[in-house]
Amino acid sequence: MNTRALPLYATIVIFLLACALAWTQFPNILSTRVFGNLLTDNAYLGIVAVGMTLVILSGGIDLSVGAVIAFSGVFIAVMLRDTGLHPLPVFALLLLLTGAFGAGMGFLIDRLAMPAFIVTLAGMFLARGAAYMLSIPSVPITHPFYQTLQGAYVLMPGKGRLTLIGVLMVAVVGLGMALAHRTRFGTSVYALGGGEQTARLMGVNQGRTTVLVYAFSGLMAGLSGIVFSVYTGSGYALAAVGTELTAIAAVVIGGTLLSGGAGYVFGTLVGVMTMGLIQTYLVFDGSLSSWWTKIVIGLLLLAFILLQKGLLRLSRGRLAGGGA
Amino acid sequence: MLLSIRSLTKVFPGTRALDDVDLDIAAGEVHALLGENGAGKSTLIKCLTGAYRRDAGTITLEGAAIDPRSTREAQELGIGTVYQEVNLLPNLTVAQNLMFGREPRRFGMIDPRATRVQARETLARYGLTIDVDRDLGSFSVAIQQIVAIARAVEISGKVLILDEPTASLDAAEVAMVFDVVRSLRDRGMGIVFVSHFLDQVFDLTDRVTILRNGRKIVTTPTKGLSRMTLVEHMLGRALDEATHAPAGAAASAPEPVLYFDGTGRAGAIAPFDLSIGAGEVVGLAGLLGSGRTETAELLFGVRPLQTGSARDTQGPLDLRSPRAAIRAGFGFAPEDRKTDGIVADLTIRENIILGLQARRGWARPMPRAQQNRLADDYIRRLDIRTSGREQPIGQLSGGNQQKAVLARWLAMNPRFLILDEPTRGIDVGAHAEILRLIAELTRQGMAVLIISSEIDEMVAVADRVIVLRDRAHVAELTGDQVSGDAIMRAIAEGDLPGGVAA
Repeated sequence: MNTRALPLYATIVIFLLACALAWTQFPNILSTRVFGNLLTDNAYLGIVAVGMTLVILSGGIDLSVGAVIAFSGVFIAVMLRDTGLHPLPVFALLLLLTGAFGAGMGFLIDRLAMPAFIVTLAGMFLARGAAYMLSIPSVPITHPFYQTLQGAYVLMPGKGRLTLIGVLMVAVVGLGMALAHRTRFGTSVYALGGGEQTARLMGVNQGRTTVLVYAFSGLMAGLSGIVFSVYTGSGYALAAVGTELTAIAAVVIGGTLLSGGAGYVFGTLVGVMTMGLIQTYLVFDGSLSSWWTKIVIGLLLLAFILLQKGLLRLSRGRLAGGGA
Repeated sequence: MLLSIRSLTKVFPGTRALDDVDLDIAAGEVHALLGENGAGKSTLIKCLTGAYRRDAGTITLEGAAIDPRSTREAQELGIGTVYQEVNLLPNLTVAQNLMFGREPRRFGMIDPRATRVQARETLARYGLTIDVDRDLGSFSVAIQQIVAIARAVEISGKVLILDEPTASLDAAEVAMVFDVVRSLRDRGMGIVFVSHFLDQVFDLTDRVTILRNGRKIVTTPTKGLSRMTLVEHMLGRALDEATHAPAGAAASAPEPVLYFDGTGRAGAIAPFDLSIGAGEVVGLAGLLGSGRTETAELLFGVRPLQTGSARDTQGPLDLRSPRAAIRAGFGFAPEDRKTDGIVADLTIRENIILGLQARRGWARPMPRAQQNRLADDYIRRLDIRTSGREQPIGQLSGGNQQKAVLARWLAMNPRFLILDEPTRGIDVGAHAEILRLIAELTRQGMAVLIISSEIDEMVAVADRVIVLRDRAHVAELTGDQVSGDAIMRAIAEGDLPGGVAA
């Protein structure tokens, strides 16, 4: 058995256990309604977490995504209010912008050999500042196309609503899985996370891979911003504060090694769903403070970091035994 | 010839790392490349693999002149390299590592099934049937090494350079890797083999080329070559110019004060017994990679003991970490001064008081006046050439840095000092001073363990010499037996008549 996949199995088991626990107390929780809402409510988080998963797999981090989501919302709202363009070309323009923004950060990280932490921190302030420059108050989005987007859903048996943005999130996870596990780009990302020096010796194009991985994260942040604006129906410069950290938490709970090189995109989806489920449970309970979400997420994160350390030690111990 | 190197020269500021070196690698031979530190082995290899650009000379592969600019280019030309540290990714599967960059694809996506099948077929040709879907890191180093060889051969396929591929393998694993290398030789590849293990050189290789100080000394068939000649060539010292041992005062061995019983660590050094007396200088002699530094690191707690124990006349000693060893009164001046010995940006004063301050604990800083007095005292006593005690130590010459490191230990007044290559890279004047200093210390009753590649130096300072070969203590020379000849012979042959096998 591959020890690499253990954190993924652990994530899935924890999610199923959480489901079972919730079900014993609130049988209604296992319904297509709750499931549909889980997808819809966490769509923006899931999408941005897929981008974050690739960044973390490559051994980096992207702190700018929360600010980019806020910028995207304000950008769309202001563009729709002031230009009279149709949302679709605005979306395209936005994705181009955020993708290029990510690529720029990747370029700096690679060329200047700067820590991703610092470069994306600068990117975070830049994007948040740009959002404020466009508009300080929240801007409502009233375009009729938005109403179409918000109203687009398929009714599942049991009256659960499978919304467009929920489906989009699942599709993005699928795309992320294909990219990470079935392309040379994906293998290069894992290789970089495993060791830059070695990856270069094996023929990985480090510069190109780094630029692409941050461009992908920027693109996902832009897409997440679109989804978020559909979800909230407005653009606000103060939105999505701290989302980058929630996304990192989802990635780690999903079983990806924070230092890079090991993990699965699918695990991130499970991580996002687990976090969503905790929230739903608290809503069902009604008496508990919503801060319990944070506490449980904190405990889960801690548990996963310990699990990964333990696995690392286990595989090292076995290696030392084999090599001796 | 498969690969011909003619008058290869590489100059670094201050040194000629390679000077007019010729080397021929035939198809279907394993060619050993030997030499001590600084002989030019790694420079030669780096010129071949494109990591360095040569300054003069030609390299021809299958008759065509080549000039690789990068490792990748060298690989594409047909020169693959496998290093001591496996240069594959432990977090990818075996199949991914093997097929990286050449994965079979369908509709633009990697086809994992075909990748697996191809990886399995490739490894089968190397006699390896393993689960290619497991992470490479979960296999033993030997298997990783074979996968690395397989990858290098699949990509390059003409010349294979093995740079100490067996350094971290045990005997059974070495045999496994050698089987693979032999089968590659039979397939007509040219293989360059770099190793410090002489037994392996005799076991595996067809011809040997020895480098020393950037020059080629000789190329000769391995068969018929005696160990003695080999060691002579490597160390550059003919046997009969025996410098007589000034074994000095300690002709009769002093009563031991420290005992190490059966201390050893798998993969580093075979268990050995060692005892050392007050005022005694024990030398560790052997070729590079024979286990000298490993012995020192074991005694100082850098690598924990796996077997055996240490004790003094009072009772057992704790050597679990360098801190514990320092508490036991040990000192260690490591081989690589620049990275392990000094803190380059701190001043001479700060470097000298570092050890003493650490022992006092950081809560009780040493008064500045005392620091100054101590630093000035040692600068004068050891004759450290500096503009003053506040000069950053990184600006000093190698010899003066070494003296400052010695000063740090002397300030702590250890009873047992380990010196690993204390005179490497030091000019002649400073060299003599350091040797004089060692003699002075032992007169005051300090026990010293000294590691040196220079046999003459060893003969000059050591009362007793322990000879190491292939990670084991193989002989011990005492009193009159300590001579250049005897050490050389012991390095080559081990069981010296009259020498006590340790």
